[in-house]
Amino acid sequence: MSTLNPSAERAKAIALGIVPPIIGLGLFILLWALVSASTPTIPTPGATFVSAVELFSDPFYNKGPNDMGIGWNILASLERVAIGFGLAALIGIPLGFIIGRFRFFNDMLAPIISLLRPVSPLAWLPIGLLVLQKAEPAAIWVIFISSIWPMIINTAAGVTRVPQDYMTVARVLNLSEWKIVTRILLPATLPYVMTGVRLAIGVAWLVIVAAEMLTGGIGIGFWIWDEWNNLDVAHIIIAIFVVGIIGLLLEVLLTQLAKRFDYDAR
Amino acid sequence: MNAYIQLDNVGMQFNTKRGPFIALRDVDLHIQKGEFVSIIGHSGCGKSTVLNLVAGLLDATAGTLLCAGREIKGPGPDRAVVFQNHSLLPWLTCTENVLLAVEQVFGKSESKTQMLERALAALELVHLTHAKDKLPGEISGGMKQRVGIARALAMEPKALLMDEPFGALDALTRAHLQDELMSICAATQSTVIMVTHDVDEAVLLSDRIVMMTNGPSATVGEILHVDLPRPRERLQLADDAAYNHYRHEVLTFLYEKHHKTAA
Ligand SMILES: Nc1ncnc2c1ncn2[C@@H]1O[C@H](COP(=O)(O)OP(=O)(O)O)[C@@H](O)[C@H]1O
Ligand SMILES: [Mg+2]
Repeated sequence: MSTLNPSAERAKAIALGIVPPIIGLGLFILLWALVSASTPTIPTPGATFVSAVELFSDPFYNKGPNDMGIGWNILASLERVAIGFGLAALIGIPLGFIIGRFRFFNDMLAPIISLLRPVSPLAWLPIGLLVLQKAEPAAIWVIFISSIWPMIINTAAGVTRVPQDYMTVARVLNLSEWKIVTRILLPATLPYVMTGVRLAIGVAWLVIVAAEMLTGGIGIGFWIWDEWNNLDVAHIIIAIFVVGIIGLLLEVLLTQLAKRFDYDAR
Repeated sequence: MNAYIQLDNVGMQFNTKRGPFIALRDVDLHIQKGEFVSIIGHSGCGKSTVLNLVAGLLDATAGTLLCAGREIKGPGPDRAVVFQNHSLLPWLTCTENVLLAVEQVFGKSESKTQMLERALAALELVHLTHAKDKLPGEISGGMKQRVGIARALAMEPKALLMDEPFGALDALTRAHLQDELMSICAATQSTVIMVTHDVDEAVLLSDRIVMMTNGPSATVGEILHVDLPRPRERLQLADDAAYNHYRHEVLTFLYEKHHKTAA
């Protein structure tokens, strides 16, 4: 082994990084092929691929509100997630800050949060429909309520875990509350906030598909439901891949963003 | 004449889960302006507690503490603290860390440029001008400690309180910083209280060494006047009879009179 020259060494390392995932993916497709061979209603990998090429050759067609390209549906879902998630951040992060900083608010809100957090986000849909009267804001409401908990809880945990040393510095220097917040609490808490944001976007993306199946309209969730009614199983499988890939991209994006705020990793 | 920092009959009791714990009792200590006093004692005897009381980070449960004739009621910019673990904010550059302290003291009376000049001057005093824009994570432990000292000095405090400031550093860096500290103190005429567990450091730097008895209920055991001329040179002092006599006194106190059995 020691006789390998550096470039061969590198090639080997790359191969070791690529080969296992390829084997995994290959086994997965093989399993899928076996299942589709025994269950005629499940399309084969090949047929699904052909269908996907066709689907993505024109993702942005528009034949009226009930027949739009998959691109539009994905964008509609992302927009709902962005709005619901943004509102949750707008409220959840400051709320988490207050809970972490002031014992009184923690004691006041902790019981409510513990009670409501384990509730399945979809259970909030009827309340949203009742109060907001329309499907669209109700779907956003479900995203909001499902993504707010991780943000509140992680932000609050971050504030309580600010190292005591920093707070001692604040006391010795007689820093004002404003400076304590901007110079110490915010930067020290940011990595925790980012963890909350990352968890929240994962939950939000998970929930949007289910919520849209119930509310209808355009969106990747309802699109899946629609294809189920059309009995187009290939499209359903494609949608599963699309949802998975977008979820993965969101996760990677936020992990990269979080790295920029982590001072311990420097 | 009244002392600059004055502790009379100071006692400190902590309320712990296992009931009250008396850390200090009857601590009497009078420190003159411009004096360099070190506090030495075995680990856990209450050295940091004394320093934190003077810093105003703790409230004494007995006795009185005065600084410049006024009761110490909390932390104040007149008493700057240098921590053992530097306690710099990792998201601020060296300059910004110092500036944070400067703004707190001079924010009302000076312009932004004047304050920046103060911060840079303090960094220059500890020979760190070249690292002024670095983050604490990018510099060595000794450099961080120097930024901590610069931050304290930039506040132009009446007293400098240091809790084992060089304890976490290697011997060479420590010696270097001790020399720097001596020349800074000579230049600024600072009043300094320094906690240490290093006998050589105490003798080399101090005008007086306060030796504490073991806790619980620790108090001032003996006070040693170190009457060595300044400026002091560590190399010359190594063979100096007086220096070695003082060293011996402190060692005798620590290891004969108040020997601590290993816990
Ligand atoms: N906040 C506190 N609560 C309870 N006990 C404390 C507290 N701070 C210090 N002590 C106790 O007081 C004693 C003196 O501590 P300290 O001043 O840190 O010692 P030193 O700095 O000399 O090592 C120790 O026994 C320590 O456990
Ligand atoms: Mg200590």
